[in-house]
Amino acid sequence: MSATAALPRQNRAVTFWQSTNGKKVVMAVTGAMMFLFVIGHLLGNLQVFEGPEKINAYAHFLHTIGEVLWLVRITLIVAIVLHITATVQLALRSKQARPVGYSRKEAINSSYASRTMYWSGPIVLAFIIFHLLQFTAGYIHPEAQFIEGDVYHNLVSGFQVWWVSAWYIFAITLLGFHLRHGLWSMFQSVGLAHPRHTLALKNAAFLIATLIVLGYISIPISILLGIVK
Amino acid sequence: MKLTLKIWRQKTHKDKGAFVSYTVDHVDPEMSMLECLDVLNETLTERGEEPVAFEHDCREGICGSCGFMINGVAHGPERATTVCQLTMRHFNDGQELVLEPWRAKAFPAIKDLVVDRRSFDRIIESGGYISVSTGQAPDGNTILVGKETADQAMDAAACIGCGACVAACPNAAAALFTGAKIAHLSILPQGKPERDRRALHMVAQMNAELFGNCTNIGECTGVCPKEIPLEVIATMNRDYLRASWKKREDLEATIPPATEWSANRT
Amino acid sequence: MTLDAKIPSGPIELAWDKARFDMKLVNPANKRKHSLIVVGSGLAGGAAAASLGELGYNVKCFCFQDSPRRAHSIAAQGGINAAKNYPNDGESIYRLFYDTVKGGDFRAREANVYRLAQISVHIIDQCVAQGVPFAREYGGTLTNRSFGGAQVSRTFYARGQTGQQLLLGAYQALERQVRAGTVTMIPRTEMLDLIVIDGQARGIVARNLVTGELSVHIADAVILATGGYGNVYYLSTNAKGSNVTASWRAYKRGALFANPCFTQIHPTCIPVSGDYQSKLTLMSESLRNDGRIWVPKMKGDQRSPDQIPEDERDYYLERRYPSFGNLVPRDVASRNAKAVCDEGRGVGKSGLGVYLDFFDAIARVGEKTIRERYGNLFDMYQRITDEDPYKVPMRIYPAIHYTMGGLWVDYQLQSTIPGLFVLGEANFSDHGANRLGASALMQGLSDGYFVIPYTVGNYLATNKFKKVDASHSEVQSVVAAVQQTTDKLLSIRGKRTVDSFHRELGKIVWDYCGMARTAQGLETAIGKIRALREEFWQNVTVPGSGDDLNQSLEKAGRVADFFELAELMCIDARERNESCGGHFREEYQTPDGEAQRDDERYSYVAAWGYRGPGNTPELTKEPLEFNYVHPSQRSYK
Ligand SMILES: Cc1cc2nc3c(=O)[nH]c(=O)nc-3n(C[C@H](O)[C@H](O)[C@H](O)COP(=O)(O)OP(=O)(O)OC[C@H]3O[C@@H](n4cnc5c(N)ncnc54)[C@H](O)[C@@H]3O)c2cc1C
Ligand code: HEM
Ligand code: FES
Repeated sequence: MSATAALPRQNRAVTFWQSTNGKKVVMAVTGAMMFLFVIGHLLGNLQVFEGPEKINAYAHFLHTIGEVLWLVRITLIVAIVLHITATVQLALRSKQARPVGYSRKEAINSSYASRTMYWSGPIVLAFIIFHLLQFTAGYIHPEAQFIEGDVYHNLVSGFQVWWVSAWYIFAITLLGFHLRHGLWSMFQSVGLAHPRHTLALKNAAFLIATLIVLGYISIPISILLGIVK
Repeated sequence: MKLTLKIWRQKTHKDKGAFVSYTVDHVDPEMSMLECLDVLNETLTERGEEPVAFEHDCREGICGSCGFMINGVAHGPERATTVCQLTMRHFNDGQELVLEPWRAKAFPAIKDLVVDRRSFDRIIESGGYISVSTGQAPDGNTILVGKETADQAMDAAACIGCGACVAACPNAAAALFTGAKIAHLSILPQGKPERDRRALHMVAQMNAELFGNCTNIGECTGVCPKEIPLEVIATMNRDYLRASWKKREDLEATIPPATEWSANRT
Repeated sequence: MTLDAKIPSGPIELAWDKARFDMKLVNPANKRKHSLIVVGSGLAGGAAAASLGELGYNVKCFCFQDSPRRAHSIAAQGGINAAKNYPNDGESIYRLFYDTVKGGDFRAREANVYRLAQISVHIIDQCVAQGVPFAREYGGTLTNRSFGGAQVSRTFYARGQTGQQLLLGAYQALERQVRAGTVTMIPRTEMLDLIVIDGQARGIVARNLVTGELSVHIADAVILATGGYGNVYYLSTNAKGSNVTASWRAYKRGALFANPCFTQIHPTCIPVSGDYQSKLTLMSESLRNDGRIWVPKMKGDQRSPDQIPEDERDYYLERRYPSFGNLVPRDVASRNAKAVCDEGRGVGKSGLGVYLDFFDAIARVGEKTIRERYGNLFDMYQRITDEDPYKVPMRIYPAIHYTMGGLWVDYQLQSTIPGLFVLGEANFSDHGANRLGASALMQGLSDGYFVIPYTVGNYLATNKFKKVDASHSEVQSVVAAVQQTTDKLLSIRGKRTVDSFHRELGKIVWDYCGMARTAQGLETAIGKIRALREEFWQNVTVPGSGDDLNQSLEKAGRVADFFELAELMCIDARERNESCGGHFREEYQTPDGEAQRDDERYSYVAAWGYRGPGNTPELTKEPLEFNYVHPSQRSYK
């Protein structure tokens, strides 16, 4: 019935991207890139605890290496675009894969974090946009003056507004959730998993995600509590 | 005990289905879920109604014929157990059980709790084998396979192809099924020569069947009667990635999904 | 009628070589032009369809399940024999041959068995190459275990899922041919009749189980590999769908049915728990390697097993058969279990059970090792009974498991209808009156991979085939007959369900033609079967219609055939005035209760021919000659 027909030659990259597995690899790689950024960004931010000079100097330094900064920014933008494109396409596909849903469905083996990737991701995206508008561009900076170049001032005055901090803490927590599943999942997606390491990897993902959340939210909390002024 | 079974009834794939509730008195805790349906079906038949169609054959949890959702869980509440081996002692007197067929685009409905799983066969057909014709084999002991490797291959090979993984997956993905076969064959030395082709073909077929994508959340292993580990999916991804990286020009087209049943199609 | 088994002349070791050399070959370029039908996708059918496809024939393969991978072979647990002698413990082709002929209580054809033993070694090689994950030693070599009826370790296994793994190997080979375009797989389709034209089997009429459509398939030869008929007993270890329909319809079209009463009762199954019971679950025979079988010495002892001290236990197999102990062949083990239960020493609620105890084995090798060997079987037992066999002895009881009888075939596996070949459990060939454990998988694969590819070629090369199509008058009349039966079943609309008839029929056959039989009992059984069959055709109810999935209708057709088969089994059992293997006639036993064969009068295969409804079938005897293994009373003492 199905005598074998040879496939017309296709571009490897196109075929790869068209498969769900290929898209997941792209998500994993772009996710990993964003993760690296999240770490780097956190290390930079934590300098806020060392006082205004230190962090402002760091911000200034970043601006002096403009080309490199833009390279990083473009890479990240490409990563986000790919990550999101894949997300949207895969989500649509999953919908098609089950046109008639169940009247009742229980989850018995998956973590809350893993089931909510399609929520945590977009909220993190919304947050990133808000965050850029606030701290990078300065378009939204409620109840205080945004001063170009004075990162320390912008941070402190920004987070002193309780709902900015609350939104920040909420979004970062979701990012934590996203990473708690994502950091393990990306190993699966690129095929680097072995039963012997699974538990360790999952625990590490949990630990790293927790540390990242704690690290980030320590800043608004300290500011709200007046530890950093 | 007495149970209420709320069962999905659908005459053919063309008809609209609906839930119908039945009560079964005298359920013995020792009987299996399928025997409980047998009892219901005897009553329905005696009343001249059509019995509930459900798939089954071995009733020993190995042929992979049986399977449906019980209260939202594929194969019901017991881990590592198919519905044919699920005894009623796991339920309580007076409980309501909702029985629903597997639902996925790639598993079209046939009748009541019966669905069409030929998409699984096509995934195997596309490359889930080692190309060795009868008579070509060397002595069994010329191929040494370490015990651990053999055990690992066996863990993956234990798949019974029931479809619970697809049913339980929020994305209706067939990653565990496909991964299990790819892992079984690619772990063994005999399967290595065809590893790349196999991964490319099987993954292409899996995607052509309109299964969803895997998000690695693990609902599939949770319901798998043979507890196939989630890592087989990683093996599939690795083989696929590796194979995609290498250049290949000898790939074959995917097999067109057949949804018709007419015997005259051949 | 005389039966020519076509056994090659000359020494038995060279018989198969000689047969192959004498066979005519089909030119490779012509293979594509020959169409073949394979009914069944189990080990025998799957292996046959794959191998024939590889050779280039144009094959159609049928199964009634939704996928060929679900054929009943999938359920085999324990293992597959082969004369590899890897453990260096004295195994040889000759020994496997000898053990099989002896195990079969001298009612099998020597030449077939010898060929089976020869081919066994290639089967393992083939399966390993396909990727079957057989159990291995740490050093990477294949490992073996021992099985009932043998004193050497010749059984290869893949956990407790050997049948599954072997079948998946065959299934994958089959799917490879489907991909290559040589095999067309037609699942969910049941063969309902055979088309015989000018004396040749030329095709089948099949019903699509989803649409109800009848279809005609014409070919140059038809190969049946439709499995055994143990479900005639209703309760058996067979899959629910296993049936005799294909073989039975072939019988009614002229193929002879051999030794129908030779059925095997497996000693280690989980006992019946209630009348809703739909099937029996086998606990692999391999458990007898480590488990010890016992019952209390006292009748009606109600104490729990751990309360019964060692000296109040009767390890009856070890006592009666010191050299084989718990590893006696199945028929012996089953009969002894029945005997102790009949004495009132059975255990469990129903009193129909004996203990299979792992206490000593766990003490000897540790729980971990036992778990490695039998873990999945223990889990299965616990799932079903809610008892933990690591702590409490298992309760087991014999259950019907395998049917040695089947369509008569010659050395070429061809039935008495030219062009109709029969493989696997569906034929009668290799196991005589009792099959040894782990030999059915071997036989199915031997037939499918290594015998039929040659013998069918010979048939094709030496015969001419007229062009036939669906409009042929004979084809039309077969289609009409099938349609008529279906319509009839749907139109009765009586009061009783198919299952209730099947259950009642099963009980009759079990009571009178099961583990122990008597001439008088068989007579009674025939009367009861006839009466019940009559009622069936008056009073059965099959709801629904014939044009969609109708599982009641499928069952009804199968049960209708079981009625006729049951009668033939009883006739055959009544005719055979001796005890041999699984056929135990109470009138014929030695003073200490062992089966007493009568080689003078019954050393033959009883092949029955159909002579129309209501007529007694005609018996043709194929005398058996034993030139190598001389019949003796089997002794496992
Ligand atoms: C529980 C259990 C455990 C066993 N364990 C062992 C063991 O450890 N070792 C061993 O050697 N043997 C064992 N056996 C025996 C062995 O499994 C069988 O004898 C053997 O697998 C039969 O294979 P087969 O190919 O002849 O038939 P099957 O595997 O029964 O296949 C029959 C095929 O025919 C098809 N079919 C039937 N009727 C029709 C029809 N009318 N139309 C279309 N298709 C049809 C079915 O769909 C199926 O594909 C065991 C048996 C049982 C029941
Ligand atoms: C800082 C930002 C982000 C980081 C570090 C990140 C990281 C990751 C990682 C590592 C994965 C796992 C990939 C895999 O399983 O292969 C992942 C998955 C996912 N991401 Fe993100 N992500 C980020 C932003 C986003 C955004 C903005 C969205 C949505 C718009 C999103 C949606 C998803 C979804 C839905 C998944 C699950 C995909 C799947 O498992 O199939 N992510 N992410
Ligand atoms: S019926 Fe075979 S697995 Fe349940």
